[in-house]
Amino acid sequence: MSSPEPMEIVDRAIAAALAAGASGADCALVESDSTEARVRGEEIEFVKQALERTLAIRALVAGDGGAGSAVTSTSDLSPEAVERMATETVKLAKATAKDPAADIPEEGFATNWPDLELIDASDRNVSVEERIETALRAEAAARSTDTRIGNSEGSQVGSEFSSVALGNHAGFRGEYRSASHSLVSEPVAQENGSMQRDYWYTAGRKLSDLESPEAVGRKAAERALRRLGGRRIETCEAPVIFDPFTSPSLLHHLVGCLNGYAIYREGSFLAGRLGETIASDQVTIIDDGRIVGGLGSRPFDGEGQPTRRNIVLDRGRMETYLLDSYSARKLGMQTTGNATRGLRSSPTVGITNLWLEPGQGDLAEIVAQTDRGLLVTELIGMGFNPVTGDYSRGAAGMWIENGEITHPVEEVTIAGNFGDMLLGIDAVGSDLEWRGSVAAPSLRISQMTIAGD
Amino acid sequence: MTRSDPKNREDNALAFFDSQFGMDERSLVAGLDTALERQVDYADLFFEYSVIDAVSLEEGMVKSGDRHIEQGVGVRAQTGERQGYAHCDDVTVESVQIAATTARAISAQAGSTPPVRVEPNQSETRDLYPVAMAPTEVPVSEKADLLSEIDIFARGLDSRIEQVMASVVTQHRNIMIVASDGTCVGDVRPLVRLNVQVIARDSSGQRREVASQGMGGRREIRDFSDPTVWRALVEDVVRIATLNLEAKPCPAGTLDVVLGPGWPGILLHEAIGHGLEGDFNRKKTSAFSDRLGERVAAPGVTVVDDGTIPGRRGSLNVDDEGTPTQRNVLIEDGILRGYLQDRLNARLMGMDCTGNGRRESYAHLPMPRMTNTFMLAGEENPEDILRGVKNGIYAVSFGGGQVDITSGKFVFSANEAYQIEDGVIGAPLKGATLIGNGPDVLTRVANIGNDLELDPGVGTCGKDGQGVPVGVGLPTLRVNGLTVGGTEQ
Repeated sequence: MSSPEPMEIVDRAIAAALAAGASGADCALVESDSTEARVRGEEIEFVKQALERTLAIRALVAGDGGAGSAVTSTSDLSPEAVERMATETVKLAKATAKDPAADIPEEGFATNWPDLELIDASDRNVSVEERIETALRAEAAARSTDTRIGNSEGSQVGSEFSSVALGNHAGFRGEYRSASHSLVSEPVAQENGSMQRDYWYTAGRKLSDLESPEAVGRKAAERALRRLGGRRIETCEAPVIFDPFTSPSLLHHLVGCLNGYAIYREGSFLAGRLGETIASDQVTIIDDGRIVGGLGSRPFDGEGQPTRRNIVLDRGRMETYLLDSYSARKLGMQTTGNATRGLRSSPTVGITNLWLEPGQGDLAEIVAQTDRGLLVTELIGMGFNPVTGDYSRGAAGMWIENGEITHPVEEVTIAGNFGDMLLGIDAVGSDLEWRGSVAAPSLRISQMTIAGD
Repeated sequence: MTRSDPKNREDNALAFFDSQFGMDERSLVAGLDTALERQVDYADLFFEYSVIDAVSLEEGMVKSGDRHIEQGVGVRAQTGERQGYAHCDDVTVESVQIAATTARAISAQAGSTPPVRVEPNQSETRDLYPVAMAPTEVPVSEKADLLSEIDIFARGLDSRIEQVMASVVTQHRNIMIVASDGTCVGDVRPLVRLNVQVIARDSSGQRREVASQGMGGRREIRDFSDPTVWRALVEDVVRIATLNLEAKPCPAGTLDVVLGPGWPGILLHEAIGHGLEGDFNRKKTSAFSDRLGERVAAPGVTVVDDGTIPGRRGSLNVDDEGTPTQRNVLIEDGILRGYLQDRLNARLMGMDCTGNGRRESYAHLPMPRMTNTFMLAGEENPEDILRGVKNGIYAVSFGGGQVDITSGKFVFSANEAYQIEDGVIGAPLKGATLIGNGPDVLTRVANIGNDLELDPGVGTCGKDGQGVPVGVGLPTLRVNGLTVGGTEQ
């Protein structure tokens, strides 16, 4: 398929929007080429391949007291379709309210960004068959870990190569290419008529960054096996330890509460608390969009602003919200370079690479220092309210007595107020592991309510 | 546009892809023949052209209008348990050929499957969602006016309402499925969802609460823009947010729970429905595997999945493999009777396809999924059911839920719940998460109300990264001994 260069399409869309009466416009063209395959046992379950190209257009129409804005997207990229869509976007923008805060940044754009090593060109030469082989190795490793692993939901590989071209009416033009690869294995352990599943995965910008398929399969199997014989416990209050697999979920909840949109809407229990100590002094959290090879790295954000290193929490003190230009204007602040541009939504705030700085001692040491408590290895459900901080989620894990794991636990909930939980973090491990764009080491919260029998 | 009668409707979808993309009969047969050039059991082409339109309001302003076009084609080839799938967003005769060549590579077997005849299926088709005007074609200004009225009305109801966020999201999906078994069907699927979220602050300024409610379905927009309809929704969301300003912490431990009618049917979706999907049962990774014919619920409990209810969010004329949807009994008087099947899993398990093969879009492989899942009404008066509870919780409205299919453990979170003491509804409770075990939760059903309600049309089910619209329903139901995940001991 021959087609125009991405930036030509972006230029055409911006020009068409301005010609139709837009006072400002920005456009993104995202192309991707992806492969996924899943195997189960020794059999291939599916191979899925895709080619996609989508153009997203945002137009602003200035009027009395502000500007109206609209966002559209299409994958019909013929010149006529692009012009039609740009015109349609302007028409939509004219129908929305004149918002005094609506604007597209006209300065401060990223220039001369470093190579963030988001892709390894040689990975393009790896065939689907080789990727399937990787999944088969993970599946075999999981199933050979123990005779009680006789079944699985399979092992899956994915690779995606994409490119982003972004431009706006103020002259910003930026393009970058990236890739991401992953491998996940999800075995089922069986014993005495009961079954438990669990999973383990690895992800990276380069195939060479991934954990070995044998390690992924084995860890997944070990996680499933140790859940066998899980039982409920008595309702109690006790310390709760999150392993590096479950602790990142707490960062996800936290950044939802630090998102500029949640702040100006007062839809966060942390609104207006900048500069306050909101977490224990063991908690330092950083968002950095320029980590070489990071899964959340990008040279510029969804508005062309340079990505940067933002210290979000410094030893428990809240240093900044996460902002794009709109939420920054609403709050009288400056963007933090966290605009993210979904193809099918207006730009909003998103994280880049976000982590909690490691402390001392690994998970085993934290467990050994806990008299009695729950180690949480999986969480389910959506029981978190960012407005109040109320937290209550389903959990599975291990019970700890006198610093030792005694038995697996399931069908319990852990609950508390998120603000109290952050302040109650009394141990942070050294075991920071990246397997996505959010990472946190093992950590312990001094006390939560565990509901069971 | 005119109101389409059933026969025209199907012709419309097929004619649409012919006129818009040149997908005439010859191109379709050529695409399928390419997929069938190796030895495969089954192949299909799925075409989609969808318009998704969203208008949203916050701070009293309609700040944004969105319009998105999703178009593409997916080609699938099956051989045994294997599936090859290729999709692209370029809908041309050439792109279908490329996708078909990629998809058929799943079959290692050379040789060819006999070519097929493709002609529009002549069977009588129904139309579960006739609309005079596609909801995406209703002018933005009309949707904006509706949202502004909602904003003013919500703020007028209670001075403690600080923020109102409201949106109207509409879809108009044209799809066409052409398969190697001769299937050739189209469908035109409207979908509307109105959502209102409010944040309330108490008079001391110390406490804030949020509530969110919505409604929708495969209907006309005017079915929701009628003030008597949306005002009830707004009153409800304002009532819940302000009620929760007074809510006290929820207890932790095992309690008897009464679920209100309607959306609390999410219990069935999480605890039962997912575990009965054919893929998990074929692979024997579900807590319900090999349990057909066994008792999994108390006598009197009958659960169905029904994709044929007119205008419902979870309803479909045909599923995404072209199979007409139907009413499937999953549990009958407490006994497990059936699974939810797509074509692949039905074939591999030697069962009938139940019309549950669904996908999010052309960019996704079909899987067995629910449509509208609900429990049939019993005979008891809801008030009598509440009166019978000595110490428990009455949960009326829920947020989301999740299940671990293999262990059977599920959770769902209440956003409107009350204490019950000696049969009387007491103080509102906050942040209650309920957790239980799918295969035994319905054996603890003690009372079934006579007041079955379906949800207002807001559910989206996620599975393997794919979201599809679904419905749930429940009569008032008492379940003994559920674990309630609060903070108070």
